[in-house]
Amino acid sequence: MPHYTLDAKRLMCPMPVIRTQDKVAELKPGDILEVTCTDPGALNDIPAWCRINSHEVISSSEHKGEVVITVKVGNA
Amino acid sequence: MAPPLKSVLISMATTQRKAVALISGGLDSLLAAKAVMEQGVHVEGINFYTGFCVEGHTHAIRKKDKAKPKRNNALWVAEQLGIKLHIVDVIEEYKDIVINPSHGYGQHMNPCLDCKGFMVKKAHQWIEENGFDFIITGEVIGQRPMSQRKDTMPVIARESGAGDLLVRPLCAQHLPPTLPEQKGWLDREKLFDFSGRTRKPQMALAEQYGFEDYAQPAGGCCFLTDAHYSKKIADLWTSRGERRYELDDIMLLKVGRHIRPKKHFKLIIGREEGENNFLSGYRKMFASIKTTSHAGPLTLIDGEVSDEDIELAAQISARYSQGRTAEKVEVEFTNKEGVSKLIEVIPMPVSQLDDTWQV
Ligand code: SF4
Repeated sequence: MPHYTLDAKRLMCPMPVIRTQDKVAELKPGDILEVTCTDPGALNDIPAWCRINSHEVISSSEHKGEVVITVKVGNA
Repeated sequence: MAPPLKSVLISMATTQRKAVALISGGLDSLLAAKAVMEQGVHVEGINFYTGFCVEGHTHAIRKKDKAKPKRNNALWVAEQLGIKLHIVDVIEEYKDIVINPSHGYGQHMNPCLDCKGFMVKKAHQWIEENGFDFIITGEVIGQRPMSQRKDTMPVIARESGAGDLLVRPLCAQHLPPTLPEQKGWLDREKLFDFSGRTRKPQMALAEQYGFEDYAQPAGGCCFLTDAHYSKKIADLWTSRGERRYELDDIMLLKVGRHIRPKKHFKLIIGREEGENNFLSGYRKMFASIKTTSHAGPLTLIDGEVSDEDIELAAQISARYSQGRTAEKVEVEFTNKEGVSKLIEVIPMPVSQLDDTWQV
């Protein structure tokens, strides 16, 4: 399964969501995207964006001010 | 004989109309989109990020707000409606709207009429590119002094190029029938006749649809309607001698205490830990001051400064530290290149802090 990463550090919401959205648009269903952010708001916003657009959040974690969210691209 | 079910379904699927709704995150756009969905139209949301949106930032920056649950209201609205939301970054294009609005500003730095026209124009381009049929906004006649007046609403439809593809479901019955109404895609009788500043009809409709916990932003959807924020933009332009901004500028205007002790430089002083952390991300772009002998704020210096200016900046910065009543406070000054030096200063007494310095 292709695995991609996205650096959205230092961006404030909703920019990490916009970057995620634009990156996901280039990917195929089933691809994995790991997004790293520093705005903790992304912990709510990226999963909310995934829910409404039928993508799956596989994991999310926060460590030392860095938020990492792994998204599996859906069929939308 | 009745047509086979499959062909009925195919024909329904091919004739279902599609609309894009401008979703700000507030109640009106939520209701407007819902009203159209109720008529069997496929609706998706679009949200434009200008950089001035109230959503997000400051909540994320200030530590004291971190305990409060944060949500992006536009995403929340889309989730309530069960629709997709497309968030579009318009930061660059939007600058011209803020800097040169052809219809001028509202009460503060808010170019509402140009802004609405711009957003509807972008939505119009979007429906053309994506094969959608029309556009929905949550505008209500008489609700806002600038963009939502009987005489300005046609201006938005005209200047955006959307014309009669622009539907305002909440006040449609006060406006001429749009194309979707004329074609029968929408039943005008099931749209609404709201007007004026009262929020009661919206609240009643929200209850009817079963929406609770919706956002009711006071004033407007963006920082440009805020008097204090607008004053800071005006100061930024005056000090630069030109009307121009970058995203970092407008982000920094939302954070900290802004003090301009001299015409050629301004201090941005963190008010708490969250803001200090945020400001420290800018230490490569600005010279900075951090108190070392006492706990205190991080201060960014916007402008070119002499040794004398640095001393003044350090005194002001020390004034906001735990050492404000101490005889001396030691601070570390760091320039943009990362070269630091320690200085000892007497914290500035409140009486010497000129009120006119506050931006
Ligand atoms: S309040 Fe801000 S976002 Fe809303 S219409 Fe006015 S300028 Fe545009």
